[in-house]
Amino acid sequence: MDALTLSVLQALVVGLGAPLLVGTLRTLKARLVGRRGPSPWQPFLDLRKLLGKTPVVSETTSWIFRATPYVLVGAMLVAALAAPVLTSRPPLAFAGIILLMSLFLLGTFFLALAGLDAGSAFGGMGSSREVAVAALAEPTVILAVFALALRANTTNLGGIVERVSAEPLLAVNPAHLLAFAAFFIVMLAETGRLPVDNPATHLELTMIHEAMVLEYSGRHLALVEWASAMKLLLFLTLLANLFFPWGVPADVEPPAMLLGLLALAGKLVLLAVALAALETAIAKLRLFRVPELLSGSFALAVLSVSAVFLLR
Amino acid sequence: MAALVYTLTALLGAAAAATGVAGMLGASWAVDVDWLVPLGGLALEMDALAGLFVALVGATAVPASLYAIGYTGRERRGCLAYLVFVAAMLAVPLAANVMTFALAWELMSLASYVLVLDGARAGREPAASAHAGWVYAVMTHAGLACLLAGMLLLTAWTGSARFADWTAAAPALDAGARSLAWALLALGFGAKAGGVPLHVWLPLAHPAAPSHVSALMSGVMIKLGVYGLLRASFVWLAPALPWWGATLLLVGAISAVAGVLYAIVDRDLKRLLAFSSIENVGIVLVGTGAALTFAATSMAGLALLALAAALYHVVNHAAFKSLLFMAAGGVLHGTGTRDMEALGGLIKRQPWTAACFLVGAVAIAGLPPLNGFVSEWLMFQALLQNVLLPQPSLNLVFALAIAGLALAAGLAVACFVKAFGITFLALPRSDAAAAAHEAPVTMRVAMVATAVACAALALGASSIVPALAVVAATLVPAPPPVTLGAWLTLEVSGEFASLSMPAVALALAGGILLPVLLLAVARVRPRPRRYETWACGRLLQTARMEYTATAFADPFTRVFDFFYRPVKRLDIDRHPESRFFVRRIRYENPTRFIVDEWLYRPVGRLLRAAARRVAVVQSGSPNLYLAYVLAALLLLLLVA
Repeated sequence: MDALTLSVLQALVVGLGAPLLVGTLRTLKARLVGRRGPSPWQPFLDLRKLLGKTPVVSETTSWIFRATPYVLVGAMLVAALAAPVLTSRPPLAFAGIILLMSLFLLGTFFLALAGLDAGSAFGGMGSSREVAVAALAEPTVILAVFALALRANTTNLGGIVERVSAEPLLAVNPAHLLAFAAFFIVMLAETGRLPVDNPATHLELTMIHEAMVLEYSGRHLALVEWASAMKLLLFLTLLANLFFPWGVPADVEPPAMLLGLLALAGKLVLLAVALAALETAIAKLRLFRVPELLSGSFALAVLSVSAVFLLR
Repeated sequence: MAALVYTLTALLGAAAAATGVAGMLGASWAVDVDWLVPLGGLALEMDALAGLFVALVGATAVPASLYAIGYTGRERRGCLAYLVFVAAMLAVPLAANVMTFALAWELMSLASYVLVLDGARAGREPAASAHAGWVYAVMTHAGLACLLAGMLLLTAWTGSARFADWTAAAPALDAGARSLAWALLALGFGAKAGGVPLHVWLPLAHPAAPSHVSALMSGVMIKLGVYGLLRASFVWLAPALPWWGATLLLVGAISAVAGVLYAIVDRDLKRLLAFSSIENVGIVLVGTGAALTFAATSMAGLALLALAAALYHVVNHAAFKSLLFMAAGGVLHGTGTRDMEALGGLIKRQPWTAACFLVGAVAIAGLPPLNGFVSEWLMFQALLQNVLLPQPSLNLVFALAIAGLALAAGLAVACFVKAFGITFLALPRSDAAAAAHEAPVTMRVAMVATAVACAALALGASSIVPALAVVAATLVPAPPPVTLGAWLTLEVSGEFASLSMPAVALALAGGILLPVLLLAVARVRPRPRRYETWACGRLLQTARMEYTATAFADPFTRVFDFFYRPVKRLDIDRHPESRFFVRRIRYENPTRFIVDEWLYRPVGRLLRAAARRVAVVQSGSPNLYLAYVLAALLLLLLVA
């Protein structure tokens, strides 16, 4: 299969899988607290509704505000091509974690600017908090994946998947466990889940991401929500395929990739159940306790990198 | 007249850039004029490393000089000092003996000192500016004293003031002597580069200078400190000892984190950029330190990779930092203030300046597809391979440096969201910002050209990195660390890592266009409606409702309070009749600098106390002074 077909396929899987993942999470959370909840396909209906609505754009804003949703979706689509989703040889096969995180940060950068652009205190507050969380989370993700990269002797994400899956005793490797713990915590922060941010709230005192995108409406909001869903899917995929690298095919032929897709779907469902259970069980942290959580995970990541050196 | 001088400087810069590139490609030459200066004569020598820095100074001086024509307008003061400044910076990398080097170095420092004072006089805070000039002068000369001490020691030990003779004689010196000389030279060059804790002059002097000078000071002058470090560590005093590299790694990591932490909380646009220069010099120092450590443990291939990454970041930082300083100068030119709390909304009044600043911000924040991202990526690839080093203690130093760089990279994004967002977006926070005017055409041309250079440096990584590796290979001979694959992919150390910037840029362009096309095909075209910002139904939107620069940085002051040690002073002056009537509220939260408080103030107090003790001999009585002369004479006779 050539790179272009693979790109289209992988972008489709991520682009269409993301709203489904968000819908599944919502359904699971509703079931866990005893509600019936909406169907997992609900986010698609939401997106269609938003696309049909007239966007309201503040007079205070500049071209940054209108360009941001497109830059955001663009960055996530490139990230979708760079991550090992269906196979360990994604279309941008050279990609490492630095490229992937920088793409996420590119989205955060523009979204934070858009939050400031409308000139309301809500947007500014959201932007300030979002970049604070991202600035502390990004190094942790990079370090946690470096801990894997050092063992695999390549920073190429696909290469990590292939070499780590060949290691028999993942579960007893302290570097692996530490890196997993660090990555899991920052995944919650990066994708705006509990206990860092609450994706279901619009209470201004606690919210981060939702405050930043408060001014968006219509198709702009649809693009922003779609991009956030893709980011969640990509983070969970990284967690699934880097730390539990089983069932990720190395070749790019249809039968193997179908198996890869099934394996990924299975792992994502398991992660979604875990995430839903976690979000049901815990409460949101006070905003200024969040940095403690993040610095804790940063420390875990530094330890995991050090563990690689000390346990050679 | 001033325009003529600036044009001349631009031409000088262009010529120097061409000569420098020729030097990088191997056209080495030497000039000796024995009679011109005492103690060894004037000696210039071009080699690949000197060529790179000459090209860098020259290429940065071209847009900066063009920019100066519009920026200074009819102001004539400072143009000659500017010419001398650029010429001296061009001479520093070429100097081939101690005397030539000291002259060029001091001329560069003095010219920039004059320019800082000039800019300071034009500013509105004369007291702060005089302080800036004073600190700059003291730190520069303390640095020069260290440099001269190191160089004179080497001259005494090797019996020659020519640098080429040092290289030949250094391996025969014992390790302690080389380490002493290295420490002195590193202190001197480190002070010029702005590594923590020798950085204190940088955030004072760079904002005070006129913006085209700030662009050169931050873009290239501090890089000459890096040049000196490279020259001293890899050429004059080679072979390196492992602790040199480890020291630089730690200093670099600390500088990177501390620099960006100070940058985040600063509300002065140009001072924020100056602090961010400390961060970037930290990144370069980490690369240099890594290269030295690898070289000292005889891993030449990795040393070459780390050195190429450091040089690439030097070049990239020169491009985006001069761009940012020029754009900040555009803001200052258009509004008359650098205080971010008085800016805002400039993107509508200054679209060109805003777009250029945005390009610089994306580049310096290390985001794809611009150049800052590529050099940080390369730096990480070099650092990560320390896993091949056998000593666990060195591995841990590397792990700390990697963690520091990763943290600094994340914080830099936050810092430049603030710098761009508060300055250019939302509503203007003052009348000056509301009445801002766009920069004149020469300034715009200079900024756009530099912005294009930032993109070109990223997309052309596949030809620039190998070229820099060739320069680096003159310091640590090794086979090229990167190979090129399909799609101009840079492949580092075989399969270790790879990156293709053209593919990333193309994918990004496609990714951004895709939703546009999809929406057009799906005929999702309800026209956006313009309306006011939503804020809980309030009637009027004013700039006072916006988030301020200080508020934006507040999460960071809380998270890193062990570093900032913030103080708050709140004075409420109440009416004597009733405490419910407040007459005046005074609130301050000054930034504290722990390096100043814990290092420089005690040292300054000690020096002052010592000076007071010594001042006892200066009584004012001529008879006593004659007695001193007699005593000195007798002492000399006795000793001799």
